[in-house]
Amino acid sequence: MGVFEPLIELTKGLGEVFRTFVAEKTVTYQYPEQKREVRPRFRGRHVLNRYDNGLEKCIGCSLCAAACPADAIFVESSENTDEKRFSPGERYASTYEINMLRCIYCGFCEDACPTEAITLGDNYELSFTDRKQAIYTKDMLLVPVKGETMLTPQKVEPKVFTRSVPQMEDPRD
Amino acid sequence: MDWVLWLEWILKGAILCLILLGGFAYLTLYERRALARMQVRVGPNRAGPQGVLQPIADAVKLIFKEELTPAKVYKVVFILAPVLTVVPSLVLAAVIPLGTSFNLFGREVHLYVADLNVGILYVMSIASIAVYGIVLAGWSSNNKYAMLGGIRSSAQMISYELSLGFCFVLVILMGDSMNLNEIVNAQKDMWFGVVQPIGLIVFFVVVLAEVNRAPFDIPEAEQELTAGYHAEYSGMKFALFFMAEYQKMIVMSMITATLFLGGYREPWFLTNLFGGILSVDTYWFLGPIYLFIKVFLILFAMIWVRATWPRLRYDRLMALGWKIFLPLTLALCFITAVGILLADMFNNQLYYWGILPASIISFLIAIAVINYGLRRNSYGRI
Repeated sequence: MGVFEPLIELTKGLGEVFRTFVAEKTVTYQYPEQKREVRPRFRGRHVLNRYDNGLEKCIGCSLCAAACPADAIFVESSENTDEKRFSPGERYASTYEINMLRCIYCGFCEDACPTEAITLGDNYELSFTDRKQAIYTKDMLLVPVKGETMLTPQKVEPKVFTRSVPQMEDPRD
Repeated sequence: MDWVLWLEWILKGAILCLILLGGFAYLTLYERRALARMQVRVGPNRAGPQGVLQPIADAVKLIFKEELTPAKVYKVVFILAPVLTVVPSLVLAAVIPLGTSFNLFGREVHLYVADLNVGILYVMSIASIAVYGIVLAGWSSNNKYAMLGGIRSSAQMISYELSLGFCFVLVILMGDSMNLNEIVNAQKDMWFGVVQPIGLIVFFVVVLAEVNRAPFDIPEAEQELTAGYHAEYSGMKFALFFMAEYQKMIVMSMITATLFLGGYREPWFLTNLFGGILSVDTYWFLGPIYLFIKVFLILFAMIWVRATWPRLRYDRLMALGWKIFLPLTLALCFITAVGILLADMFNNQLYYWGILPASIISFLIAIAVINYGLRRNSYGRI
């Protein structure tokens, strides 16, 4: 029935739309209530990690700031003492700020970090109402700790945490 | 003329306007939700349970928006145009019967504003007045896209108005009256849409063109004309255009239901069911309910068509109107008239029912003509 093809095709279209209307499930995520899992390699907001004992991994070396193509990271380091220890080794980051308006989420800071202290997390809910709020400070970026005893600075045994970069066990890692 | 009559008219008119305004608000929600569902989305569901407060939020937004009047517009016409578009869409509903009548304080109140004996002519004239608003809006905007939208709208209206008129002729022939009440009552035993389904289909298509709905929404084609005739309008003036379009959708659906689907009457097969308990003659309040259901379904069909078919190209739209619909409706008129005449002459209802196959055959011929005459030629690869 080639002659009636227009009619048949148009009707087919209507049928398909009606089938979708009746049978197909919606694909919408009801966002604030229902959040979508991000991919494993998703690059979201930065996180400053800690060791298992609560000490910060960041040693204030500023390599991330050097690697940053958008110049979004600012690090200022200070000396550690055994009385007030923030991180293993000599120095820690006393100021750590990331300007989220400049950051392009390239992940170079992650690559540059010698201690794997900074990683790009899975948080994508970044919204601010003025420029000051866009600057994330160290206490906003640090992962929260479980107990009070793990908070930094800690009072530790002398001559234990002398090495700032952990011993590399597997060179390929 | 006693004052009670005036009061009755004013009250009925006010209630009808409120029904249309509320209907407009909720039609936008209905359309957005249904359209979203057809596109595997959810649609607005945040404001209130299931989004029922969304129209109110939209209205508040539109009222408080900044209203811009561009430089060098013809101010009087620019402001008058939205009003000219809205008023016909409201006035149009006056002749549509919404139900039978009921007794209020010993007074028989009929569920229509006006019982006009030339109701169909009134509908035709008022429905085509609305295009003035659109053309004037396009012309006064001092914007070439708006102007093109307005011109397209008027050209489209002229080419489809003729077919609309012939569809009205079909109903006048079958109902033997121009009074919409009498047309509804003539469909007590059988809907005209069943005897003359092709008339219903053509009428529906023409109504889509008349209210500038997809696939005939070329006056406001976003891709070609930005927003067409209302490109320069913002705030409440834009809301008036929007309102006019949706109110006209509702009113034209009501007219479709009245002319072809029995209006406020129950479907013919329900009249004597359960001792007539579902009949509008037993309970007057069933009338508006039946009409509402029919309008709801026709509006669904409009949304359905919008979700399915792409917009027609302008020259094809004109070709469809002049080359296909005009001859087709003319043929339908001829078939219907002959059928009714033969049924009268030989006193045999079989001839009346002969309208149905004859019109289907003419419809199929029209489809074949579309296939041969209007399709794009396919060229072989060189």
